[in-house]
Amino acid sequence: MSSASSSPPMPDADRPYPPIGWFSTGALGLVVVGGILLASYAPRVAPLALATTLLCVAIGLLIVAAVQLSRLKVFAWGTFTTVFKWALLAYVITAGMIEFAFVHDHTRGSSLVIVTLMLVVFALSVPTTIAFTVARFADPN
Amino acid sequence: MAPAAAAHFMPPLDRPKIQVVPLRGLPIVGAAVLFVAFSIGFNWQWGLVFNHVVGGGLWTGIDLFVGLVIGPILGRLSIPSRAEFSARFMPKMVIIMPTVVMMTLATGFQVARSMGNLSASNPNHAWLVVSMCVVGVMAVVALGILEPANIAVLYEMNKPVPNGERIGRLMKRFIYTAGITGIMQIATLIIMTRLGSR
Repeated sequence: MSSASSSPPMPDADRPYPPIGWFSTGALGLVVVGGILLASYAPRVAPLALATTLLCVAIGLLIVAAVQLSRLKVFAWGTFTTVFKWALLAYVITAGMIEFAFVHDHTRGSSLVIVTLMLVVFALSVPTTIAFTVARFADPN
Repeated sequence: MAPAAAAHFMPPLDRPKIQVVPLRGLPIVGAAVLFVAFSIGFNWQWGLVFNHVVGGGLWTGIDLFVGLVIGPILGRLSIPSRAEFSARFMPKMVIIMPTVVMMTLATGFQVARSMGNLSASNPNHAWLVVSMCVVGVMAVVALGILEPANIAVLYEMNKPVPNGERIGRLMKRFIYTAGITGIMQIATLIIMTRLGSR
């Protein structure tokens, strides 16, 4: 056999990608910390400045991940979209359940806005990480 | 093909396609979601405690059993046996783990609130905050590292010629994080039994 046949037949699938998964996981980590901060003060109002800062950085990381994703030329977009939409459905239900619990517990005003935005980041970051991890190893279409 | 490269690519197997999300399990997940929602919505104390205790017990038990018992056994099996076991086992974990985590966390906050543990003056408050931190670490590990790897492995195994080296690389995430998850779960057992006995 030729030497060419001893190399992996699908080199595109293993080429380096930007750290999109790490950015979206970082966003998840920050909203988890923010959520712990808010929950640990409940039913009192948590220091919103720190929670807002964590939320803003998380949104920033998610935007960086989205920009890096949009720049990918050779990528299994079909696989990414399929996985993303099903994962999004699952995590929107989970986030909805958490939001319901906070509203039920009479969280209102700025705290509720921050919790809601954190849940939006949560519901977007996990599907992004899952779909990117799957699609980076799939054959580009 | 050179032996090294041959080891990286598993031969095409005559096997049915893996269903990444077992659809037959979804009605059970739906029932669990409704049970949790009703328990929270109607402040149903038994429902809240049931979901929290059963969900938490299963989450901790499954995590420790898989990490300490199944994992080492799996590591000693031949590659085809490992692949066959994983193909049947991992899709079930895709729906079991998020469901028990949802049951545990969504109702845990309500149970803590109803027991007064959320109040800063409550002697259990510090333990509760530590427990939230422990859960936070486990959530990031599970949702950001393990679940993406689990689904990526299942997709890889569905390819006509799965890349064994790539599957092995993704599975290493489970080995690297098993220690963290184990320590966090044991910490959860200590915190929760302490909270329950005070």
